[in-house]
Amino acid sequence: MSPNPTVELTLPVMEDMEIAATKTAEVVAKAMGLDEMKTAEINMALIEACINAFEHSKSKENIYITYSIDGDTLIIKVGDKGEGFDSEVVSIPNIDEKINSDHKRGWGLQLMKELMDTVEFESTDAGTTVTMTKNK
Amino acid sequence: MADFDMKVKDNDGVIVVTTNGYLNNYGGEQVASLCLQKISEGKTKFLLNLANTDMVNSIGVSILIEVIEELQGTQGVIAFCNLAPIVEKTFNIMGISKYAKLYANEEEAMAEIA
Repeated sequence: MSPNPTVELTLPVMEDMEIAATKTAEVVAKAMGLDEMKTAEINMALIEACINAFEHSKSKENIYITYSIDGDTLIIKVGDKGEGFDSEVVSIPNIDEKINSDHKRGWGLQLMKELMDTVEFESTDAGTTVTMTKNK
Repeated sequence: MADFDMKVKDNDGVIVVTTNGYLNNYGGEQVASLCLQKISEGKTKFLLNLANTDMVNSIGVSILIEVIEELQGTQGVIAFCNLAPIVEKTFNIMGISKYAKLYANEEEAMAEIA
């Protein structure tokens, strides 16, 4: 096996295509020996990252995912070529405020942060890449 | 589109919705639409059995907040049972569990809310 095995996946912007990303994640997680709960957490975070890339980027182009195994750490990058955003100005969602509000969505970033060990965003006008890690 | 369907029964006045498949925006809309219809017919107790839903997304779950909202101001209740651990964790992160009780199974839920 190469020192840092990497799987690359390209997804078109199509409904429910995030499920394809989770199937690949399951194979990689199994190869690493990650347990069921950590695999499920990765899948959930990945679903949210893909949905953000699909919807928030307003991009009609493909999104790109890489899964890299670095020792006991899985590194997942989800990139799009849509409009960027500033993750620092995204407010932390609160259920009390969502109830009776017209905007009930906006949970993706918070879920990614809670479910993964690290989450970082790099965003420019040319696109956004979210890098998430999960330790074994 | 990922497969999603649901079964509905009225059990002692409790509307029990058993979902099957990925609870995404489509699934969330299906469940919320049904519940809102039942609320308009006077039903106020809902139990969502997610035994066959091991994957959700935040859009699908956030649509269910509409049902919580609609039940506020009534003596109504919405509860969930048979949640996969990741679904329960997601509900906790989103705060759904602050407004809806989570039960291990349908029997336990019915014993309390019926």
